Amino acid sequence: MSFWSRTARVAVSLVVLMLLMAILVELTPLGENKWMRVFFGVSALNFTLRAAIPLVLGALSGILCERSGIINIGIEGMMLAGAFAGFVAKSSTNDWPLYLSLVFSVIVSLGVGGLMGLLHGMLSIRFRMDQIISGSVIIILAAGLTSYLFDRDAIADGKFTPIPIPLLSEIPVIGPVLFNNPPITYLALLLVLVVHIAIFYTRWGLRTRAVGEHPRAADTEGINVNLMRYFNTMLGGMLAGLAGAYLVLEAVGQFQEGMTAGRGFISLAAMIFGNWTPFGALGAATLFGYTQALQNEFLLAGVTTIPRQFVSMLPYVVTIIAVSGLVGRVRAPAAIGRPYDTEGGR
Amino acid sequence: MMSNPVLEVQEICKIFPGVVANEDVSLSLNSGEILALLGENGAGKSTLMNIIYGLYQPSSGEILVRGKSSKMRSPRDAIGLGIGMVHQHFQLVPVMTVVENVMLGSEMLRHGFLDREQVSQRILDLSRDYQLEVEPSTLVEDLPVGIRQRVEILKALYRDAEILILDEPTAVLTPQEIEGLFEVMDLLRRQGKSIIFITHKLKEVLRIADRIAVLRQGKLVGEVTPSEASEPRLAAMMVGREVMLQVDKKEAEPGDSILEVKGLEARNDLDEICLSEVDLKVNAGEIVGVAGVQGNGQTELVEVLTGLRPLKNGILRIGGHDLSGATPREITDRGKICHVPEDRHSYGMVDNYSVADNLVLNSYYRSPFAKGMTIQRESIDTNAETLVKKFDVRTPSVQTPGASLSGGNQQKMVIARELSRPIQLMIAAQPTRGIDVGSIEFIHQQIVAKRDEGIAVLLISSELDEIMALSDRIVVMYRGSIIGEVLNKETTRQELGLLMAGVKSDSENIHHSAP
Amino acid sequence: MFRVLLIPVLALVTSLALGALVMLLFGDDPILAYQGLFQGAFGSGRAWSSTIRKMIPLILTGLSVAVAFKAGLFNIGASGQFVMGSVFSVAVGIHFEGLPMYIHLPMAILAGMLGGMIWGAIPGFLKVTTGAHEVIVTIMLNYVAALFGGWTVYAGGTQGQTPGPLWDPTARAISETPDVLHSAQIPWIFGPPYRVHFGVFLALLAVLIIWWLIYKTTVGFEIRTVGQNPKAARYAGIRVEKTVVLTMAIAGGLAGLAGTIETLGLNHKFAPEFGGQVGFDGITVALLGQTHPVGVVFASFLFGALDAGAAKMQFESGVAADIIQVIQALVLAFVAAPLIIKALFRLRSTQDDRHSASLNTSWGGS
Repeated sequence: MSFWSRTARVAVSLVVLMLLMAILVELTPLGENKWMRVFFGVSALNFTLRAAIPLVLGALSGILCERSGIINIGIEGMMLAGAFAGFVAKSSTNDWPLYLSLVFSVIVSLGVGGLMGLLHGMLSIRFRMDQIISGSVIIILAAGLTSYLFDRDAIADGKFTPIPIPLLSEIPVIGPVLFNNPPITYLALLLVLVVHIAIFYTRWGLRTRAVGEHPRAADTEGINVNLMRYFNTMLGGMLAGLAGAYLVLEAVGQFQEGMTAGRGFISLAAMIFGNWTPFGALGAATLFGYTQALQNEFLLAGVTTIPRQFVSMLPYVVTIIAVSGLVGRVRAPAAIGRPYDTEGGR
Repeated sequence: MMSNPVLEVQEICKIFPGVVANEDVSLSLNSGEILALLGENGAGKSTLMNIIYGLYQPSSGEILVRGKSSKMRSPRDAIGLGIGMVHQHFQLVPVMTVVENVMLGSEMLRHGFLDREQVSQRILDLSRDYQLEVEPSTLVEDLPVGIRQRVEILKALYRDAEILILDEPTAVLTPQEIEGLFEVMDLLRRQGKSIIFITHKLKEVLRIADRIAVLRQGKLVGEVTPSEASEPRLAAMMVGREVMLQVDKKEAEPGDSILEVKGLEARNDLDEICLSEVDLKVNAGEIVGVAGVQGNGQTELVEVLTGLRPLKNGILRIGGHDLSGATPREITDRGKICHVPEDRHSYGMVDNYSVADNLVLNSYYRSPFAKGMTIQRESIDTNAETLVKKFDVRTPSVQTPGASLSGGNQQKMVIARELSRPIQLMIAAQPTRGIDVGSIEFIHQQIVAKRDEGIAVLLISSELDEIMALSDRIVVMYRGSIIGEVLNKETTRQELGLLMAGVKSDSENIHHSAP
Repeated sequence: MFRVLLIPVLALVTSLALGALVMLLFGDDPILAYQGLFQGAFGSGRAWSSTIRKMIPLILTGLSVAVAFKAGLFNIGASGQFVMGSVFSVAVGIHFEGLPMYIHLPMAILAGMLGGMIWGAIPGFLKVTTGAHEVIVTIMLNYVAALFGGWTVYAGGTQGQTPGPLWDPTARAISETPDVLHSAQIPWIFGPPYRVHFGVFLALLAVLIIWWLIYKTTVGFEIRTVGQNPKAARYAGIRVEKTVVLTMAIAGGLAGLAGTIETLGLNHKFAPEFGGQVGFDGITVALLGQTHPVGVVFASFLFGALDAGAAKMQFESGVAADIIQVIQALVLAFVAAPLIIKALFRLRSTQDDRHSASLNTSWGGS
């Protein structure tokens, strides 16, 4: 599969376009137009990036799972669990050196996310539970457990702060937006590239894709289908946990009950809209983050002609359109959702 | 050709619940030879090959590779010993390229990443050496079927297979592609590879094989060389000479034409042509049997006749009404037909429904089973009681779920339902597949009884015995068309076997459709 | 009969036991907790009325999901359909001053059901025409509905966005509708402090109608056949596409009715907070009730009790009410995968358990 698949090309072009427009708006008289500032101002860009990061990570989580054939609608729950775990870890290690405490908390988030992923895998594979219900179980369980265990008096001291990349962060306009960010943000963007390379250029990726498209073909070549699915679901859970860690340790700084607020489902939408590819997911997440940014900008700029609720509806409506194949086709892995049987007495 | 066996199986048995797939089969394959494994569907050929390839475990018996006893716990073991398999249903991932499919599971790496260039080069080398031209970077889903098969073969060769198993490779090929395949097989043989070639087509076997082994009902019935064999002799070995099931019936007295099909053309789920130029006529009071090996278009023909599949071209007339393109319900009601489907579990019945509900599966909406929207349970139950008695469906009660009945009783239930309303045409597809002898007898009597009442009967069956026992006229389907038509009393088993295998003979009593 | 009850009962018992374990693990007292729970659900007249009150929407959303399951469809959109039902019913309920109750109330109820039906029919229609999987579409529509509902009662931002069409100007900064007119309110059986309204009978009536529809009519036969075996349904002459859309519309209508009853009977107005978790509650109740209307009633009763007792449990024992959600997740898991319970209790598993219901065809578009 060529590096520049259609979705990836569209996604990257859109992002580049936006950045160019931002430069224009900031540095030329174009920026004196209120609308231009609303749509392409630096503030919008910043907001977009911050909104997009958890969505990207959630979508990557979904991609890992679903590419190997397991439907995962439980990203929301894994994210929440990861966020909570990170919070607990951080607030219990407030007395540690800040960075050590933060990194430790991220690791805990990863671990708990991975556990939730493994649980989903076990329910779906070992107990042959319908994968959508199993995802639902994860969501309800995470919501219940995190609220139950949440100590409202606990406080997490400190969060990740932006780290400017020398030279790059000095580029006018886009420098501060792209190259002066906290570590999980950088990590998330890096992961898009890493997951892309992994899926299309490594042995693991080839086998994952085969397992999700045509498990019997993989089985006849001696690949252990269910083992791959367990592994991928766990990895996916970890990425969702990382998204949760971002929310608590980088974005907000504290935990709030239900703080994922549907991001897990929007991540699903980003994954589908991006056609199960990392760069496609990045493009979709950026788009969805952008609509959230627009909503905010409209508010700040006093734009009231379009009700903000309708702007917020965009990601969801767009996903429905994508799934209905009305604008190009999206294609899920062919063997997704069905438990795999090795037959013939092996 | 040397005679040291490169592969031997000794007294292999494989038992699945309720069925003995292989019984004491012993075979050997010599180096540099092509061994053809011949047999009808269900003879046990694929099972045996799956055992050799490690996909199944034998219930008993031994496999020897180059003289050494070997246990195939998984395809990896077989691949490691140089055995490669080209499956009848390709194990290819459509959305991946040729390169990716070929290297799946035996990937070549460079600096930890997939080395597509090296594999691509190797594929090009192999395709040159064995005349298996293919463009490595194409997506498999963009390749025509014949080329996809080359990819399957390349998969085996890429893994340095010395022993190749080809499972019904010509089933999906055009005549020209078949020739191409034979040239490849010849090349492979000359290079010292050994090939097991599974098929049910006699002409091919005589053309390319060095030796021929025939399986029937799980047992090896004989081994011959092409020079010792002839098509009629092979056909006889394949289908056997057992005593046919006898059904007492009097002469048919055919009346008006009830079912008329002209120029029927249809496409299958992959949008390939599966039926072409089909002309068929069935008169009242006669049984027309459609013979042929499973997979030659019979299933699709039934689907078109019952409205479950659209027809691309042609006319379908039942009882004088033009019903081309009608819905299933229209055909059932206006055409007054009944349909005994070939796969009762797939769509002939609902497993979890009670016998009573299954018996009104396609008439639940009509009086007396429903008054307006309300279901009349008593009528349904009474109807069930009557039918169960009349058709000897053995069940503890009419409320028992259909799935609990034995296969024979399930089929009797389906037939009871279909024969319980006034009809003029009966379409029975594989009506006695997988059923005990007692039930088979009963069902056959029912079919003949209907014929004698003046119903037109179209019987589709891959069991030659059944066709010959019941039919008045027989048509044979081969690759989506009708290859020949005979009167039952004027034909023989051998003649039919040849037709089923695609061999058109010059016998006068066979009526051929256009070539 | 007992076989059918065995799994749900064991699931409930095991979940409660595991819940107790979790409580012990984190230093809470399960005995006190469950005592408080029982008190809050059954310990007094007010407790009982609380249980019944909470039961009503659960019956309807449970029915909604159960009906969809019967056709092999997954309705996760109950909360969106609930909201649309609330919005539509409140729109009728706050206008049309002067109509007598026997006209106004049924009108409002029908309007609410219509809103739900539309919201249910959309994913059904998309599924049969484009193959879009109803799970994704319904989840997305949930959010669209929530936002739509929020818009209708938006109080108008400080930046001057015009308030929504159903907003109550006297509520100033709060986003909510005015009170539903008296002629469109569902009357109380027992007024405050018990607050049990006639909606409970509406819900039970719905159960009866659905039971009759699914098991006693040709339509129900078609729905069930499509769910059991779509190929057989086609063979039987059933129009599968029509049945799918119809089923989703019915499911949507039921969830819409839930929202309607809550709005017209309990809250007497609409505000965006109403509606949240109903979707997943409905799934749990439907599966615990083995997708049978009568089972759904019992399951709703149990979960209504759990919900009602939660507050008292927290009050009496300090155990956070959220533990109920944990128990709910466990119940859902156990009823959705009988293999787990059977493994735990070493029961015999049948061939059926090894074949999971495949509701997941056409995930992500055809």
